[in-house]
Amino acid sequence: MPTFEVDHLSLHYLTRFGEKIQAVSDVSFTMEQGEILGIAGESGCGKSTLVNGLMGLFIPPLYPTSGDVRVGGESLMKRTPQDIRKNVLSQKVSMIPQGAFNALNPTRKIKDIAADVIASHTGGHTSKKDIEARLRERFDLFGMDTERVLNAFPIQLTAGERQRSVIGISTLLNPQMVIADEPTSALDVTTQKVVIRMIFDLLEKGIFNTMIFITHELPLLRHVANNIAIMYAGEFVEKGTNEQVVFDPRHPYTQALMGSMLSAEPGQKSRKPVSIEGAPPSLAKVPPGCRFAARCPVARADCKTQKQELRMVAGRLVRCNYAE
Amino acid sequence: MTKLLKNLLKSPSFIIGMGLFLLTIGGALLLPFFYHVNLGLQASSYASPNGKFLLGCDHLGRDMVSMLIEGLRSSLYVGLLTGVIATTLGTALGIYGGFKGGWMDDFVNLVTNLFLVIPSFVVLILISSSLSKGRSLTLIGLIIGLTTWTWSARAVRAQAASLKSRDHIALARINGANTFRVLTLHILPYLASYVFMIFILQVASGILSEAAISMIGLGPLDTVSLGTILNDAKNQGGFGDGMWWAFMPATVIITVLVFALYIINTSMEGVFNPRLRK
Amino acid sequence: MPNNSSAPAPVFYAKNVTKTFGHGKTLVKAVDDVSFSIADGEIVSIVGGSGCGKSVLAKVMLGLYKQNQGEFTYRGKAITDTRSHWNEVQSVFQDPFSCFNQFFSIRSQLKDALNILKVKPSKAEADARVDAGLMAVNITPKDIEGKYPFELSGGQMQRMLLARIFALRPKVLIADEPTSMVDACVRANILDYLMKLKVELGMTIVFVTHDIGLAYYVSDRLFIMHEGKIVESGTPDEVTQHPQSPHTVQLLEDIPEIHKEWLKR
Repeated sequence: MPTFEVDHLSLHYLTRFGEKIQAVSDVSFTMEQGEILGIAGESGCGKSTLVNGLMGLFIPPLYPTSGDVRVGGESLMKRTPQDIRKNVLSQKVSMIPQGAFNALNPTRKIKDIAADVIASHTGGHTSKKDIEARLRERFDLFGMDTERVLNAFPIQLTAGERQRSVIGISTLLNPQMVIADEPTSALDVTTQKVVIRMIFDLLEKGIFNTMIFITHELPLLRHVANNIAIMYAGEFVEKGTNEQVVFDPRHPYTQALMGSMLSAEPGQKSRKPVSIEGAPPSLAKVPPGCRFAARCPVARADCKTQKQELRMVAGRLVRCNYAE
Repeated sequence: MTKLLKNLLKSPSFIIGMGLFLLTIGGALLLPFFYHVNLGLQASSYASPNGKFLLGCDHLGRDMVSMLIEGLRSSLYVGLLTGVIATTLGTALGIYGGFKGGWMDDFVNLVTNLFLVIPSFVVLILISSSLSKGRSLTLIGLIIGLTTWTWSARAVRAQAASLKSRDHIALARINGANTFRVLTLHILPYLASYVFMIFILQVASGILSEAAISMIGLGPLDTVSLGTILNDAKNQGGFGDGMWWAFMPATVIITVLVFALYIINTSMEGVFNPRLRK
Repeated sequence: MPNNSSAPAPVFYAKNVTKTFGHGKTLVKAVDDVSFSIADGEIVSIVGGSGCGKSVLAKVMLGLYKQNQGEFTYRGKAITDTRSHWNEVQSVFQDPFSCFNQFFSIRSQLKDALNILKVKPSKAEADARVDAGLMAVNITPKDIEGKYPFELSGGQMQRMLLARIFALRPKVLIADEPTSMVDACVRANILDYLMKLKVELGMTIVFVTHDIGLAYYVSDRLFIMHEGKIVESGTPDEVTQHPQSPHTVQLLEDIPEIHKEWLKR
């Protein structure tokens, strides 16, 4: 049985004026144990909304439109946020957020924050002492300055220490599955490497074994993920293995994304990166045809009107009728 | 801003609090038009409630309903006066100290720390008791306002200091904005909802402080307030012999008023502070 | 002294500049004894990890901080009058969302920026300059008419900051991490605008970033900073192909590149 299954998941927001914004449309995938799936796309593409949907955490104005999410066969849909927080989060699925600073209460010490989080996710069955002992063991394992970090307020730590603390706390109960939402986007490259190394250590030690890693940095996914899905305007437009997507992209959007990347590799300075002009369509009024057509350099006449379905192209899924 | 207002109007506790508060204000402003307020001596001491005096009379035989209307007006006046003084002074000094640092910041810190050690109520008692003559309602409001602003200053200072390092302040400065412009256009608007919440709390504490010092006999000499009604009841034996009308209505009005202000404040906090919204 | 000959004084000249914060036990040397000079029309990138002092150095150049020790001059003179300094030296900041005051429309804030100019433009002229600035970053002025900061995306906001620069036309631009909060696919776009400022308006640009890859693209020279010191400087090719300092090597190694080995699981 797959560890994690997402079945035709669509999610929408309802605004105060009754307007429906279709943030995520028809996302399906399954994950086996040990898999790392990277999801990439620009801001506003629905990545962060998808994260909430994948945890079954529906807090108005976010609502599920249709579809199902199952962890180890158990559905996360149609459950209250309280139920999800108490019985799913931290234990089965954990989230690593982007801004560690916003995730940590500035007025509490790291060890108290950990106790709060774990207590709220286990219904208060674990004692504070137990939690602290486990956290101490974890932090030691990752070569952190355990005593200082545990007794520090968030502001007294470096950005890297904060993010590693957040990861340590959210994986304390050995969840099967971790969803990391841009865990390193706010960090500099050196700290990013340290944080990724910690994530690799956690994987190697089996503290969790399946991960969804969300970012807008494709080169990073090249080194972190097994499989990569590219998201655009709420849909997956391409999904394949790491090598397929990075080295041989087939969807025009993926190709454009790769073309806009910059690097300091020899000979790269003469290559002119091309940024993608224009903006993604408004999700309040989803175009009937290809959502990328308005910005696509190779769009054809009927792309704007013809519905595009995911289909197999060169061994991976691509949502473009003309890709080959 | 309109969005926040709409969210506020969706919050039942805000509706209840605001409703109660408006009701008391409305009562204070409009009742004198419908009810003949007469503070003269009209009946025997502690006359029981009857058809003419709906809530009876006090120890001097004054109509209790008239006393309560007048007392409510006094209490609201004192509350608003202290609220305005303490919030304006506290916000101005807090925002300046938080943004600029320097001697003004040190001064605000010194005074607030001083008031942490010496409760402002004690200062209030000392000042009030030294003014044995000419202790008017306005003077009491002034004294309360001038002894409680430090709390607002402290609260605003912390918020202003956290805004100080934001990029839009740096941008405003390299746009050539002077300190006054930065404070009024680029910091104050961000704190407006917070300052309003402080104002609400200051009004509530002003009403309570006035009632408290009046009750121990240091209240205004020029008018009737809810606190002086309680003081009279206490001093003239109104607490005994089942004469509930001597103190109960005044207590209820103070409680309702302060309760209304407190729930307005907490409901606003729920809407303005996203951390609590979840 | 930089201005002893007939040659024009450099735009920025620093000799043993140190900037510290706090005192006694809590003393932090944010910038530690740095010396350099930046010539007219150059694009110089200051590269380093967080806390290396690059942003503090940028704020010294901008006149928002004053050095504690050493000599720092702008075109041969110490920065004394900040208003006239900001007339010539302007900045874009890191976080485009927190850069604008959310209580005023974007257009009014762009117009407000023109107040720093020595000669105040007339109302019509100010409008024309703001429009030209917006057009320079490919934004149709009427698209942002009546819009407030929270109605735009991060990439658009970052372009608003650049539009402000195109409208102001300062002589020097300090770009403090303008790309770190925007999507990877918009970064190339922002670098293009920096190049355009240099080519079309002859602007001197100091580009502060933690990403040596980005710096490599736009710069004429790179300064690598670590713990307050400039540990290496040179042309982009020298620095990236033959790094001398271990800190430069580290910065280069830490970037996940598509064709290069990085961390292995």
